Amino acid sequence: MDYNLIVPFIPNLRRYARALVGDRDGADDLVQDTLERAVRKFHLWRPGDLRAWLFSIMHNVFVNQLKARKIAPEVEIDENMLAAPIPTATSLDVIDLQRALLSLAPEQREVVLLVALEDMSYADVSRSLGIPIGTVMSRLSRGREKLRKLMSGEASRSGLRVVQ
Amino acid sequence: MTEEEDRIEYAAQNAALHRKFDAVLTEPIPARMYMKRPAWLEYARAASILALGVAIGLALPMFRAAPPAPVANLTPLPIRAARAHLVYSPEVRHPVEVDAKDQEHLVKWLSKRLGTPLKVPVLSSDGFELLGGRLLPGPEGPVAQFMYQDGSGKRLTLYVTRPHSGEQTTAFRFAQDEGVSVFYWIDKDCGYALSGEVDKGTLARVASSVYKQIEP
Repeated sequence: MDYNLIVPFIPNLRRYARALVGDRDGADDLVQDTLERAVRKFHLWRPGDLRAWLFSIMHNVFVNQLKARKIAPEVEIDENMLAAPIPTATSLDVIDLQRALLSLAPEQREVVLLVALEDMSYADVSRSLGIPIGTVMSRLSRGREKLRKLMSGEASRSGLRVVQ
Repeated sequence: MTEEEDRIEYAAQNAALHRKFDAVLTEPIPARMYMKRPAWLEYARAASILALGVAIGLALPMFRAAPPAPVANLTPLPIRAARAHLVYSPEVRHPVEVDAKDQEHLVKWLSKRLGTPLKVPVLSSDGFELLGGRLLPGPEGPVAQFMYQDGSGKRLTLYVTRPHSGEQTTAFRFAQDEGVSVFYWIDKDCGYALSGEVDKGTLARVASSVYKQIEP
């Protein structure tokens, strides 16, 4: 397989990574690692949807990065903890979209971004993330709802408890 | 919220995301992302990154557990696995006790003997098909061995044992014994070792598939 086939997807991978990770350098590192892994795994690619394949590789790299960062003893991700740092000074404050995204659980953020930004079908998201379509839909609606609350200033310290 | 309100809200979210991130699409692609290196260099680089990636990406238990304490009088897991590999993988007529055709029975049987539910990884995408498995004696109890074979007849064995008293969880590691390469790790329920007389890169690739399928 030819690397030139992958190049046209780089801008989309970068856009998605930027929204997923938040900072430019971290996002480009994620893209770089994804591309290198894709090159190594060329031989495993079966002609089919190259985009979904690349995003699935990025998903695996991303998950590994999250795990590697999580050196401290494992703690269940508590939505309240994630929501806590968000300023609540004026309830009408509209928080920055990037911060709102980062306060979504990573697995919700991935689904929201693949659908809302990358315009992927549920089937492609399901393939890219290796999860059933039903899970795609439930993560999407929770993620979207939480994003709505964050952006409208409803989510505050009181927090949302999402039961996964 | 009504469906209509949802629809409007979601369209607004999509638009906000595009407004914020679409600029990335037209940013110049960093030069490092054009991987125009000679193929052999790519290969060498891939091999080293793979080794590093495997070490970093899969070495999680290392951060959670104390360094493994040596266990008195116990042959290390990779050596036990390599020896079992050497004994059974050359077998022409009886490589396994229970053939992959009876996979359901095989898994039930070995799970019961080991006292823990076992998962048999599917390695077809790496070119290896399950031949079957057998029960082996280990230093402190039963051990399961699954055997895989690729199109050229090359065989890999996956050795699965309960951790022994005093044996600590370990990260993903590599060992070699008598020409057999072994990737192994020990989690809280089981120790796993994938052995084969194949190059380290191939084995690492397959081992990471095994790891991904076994570790939830």
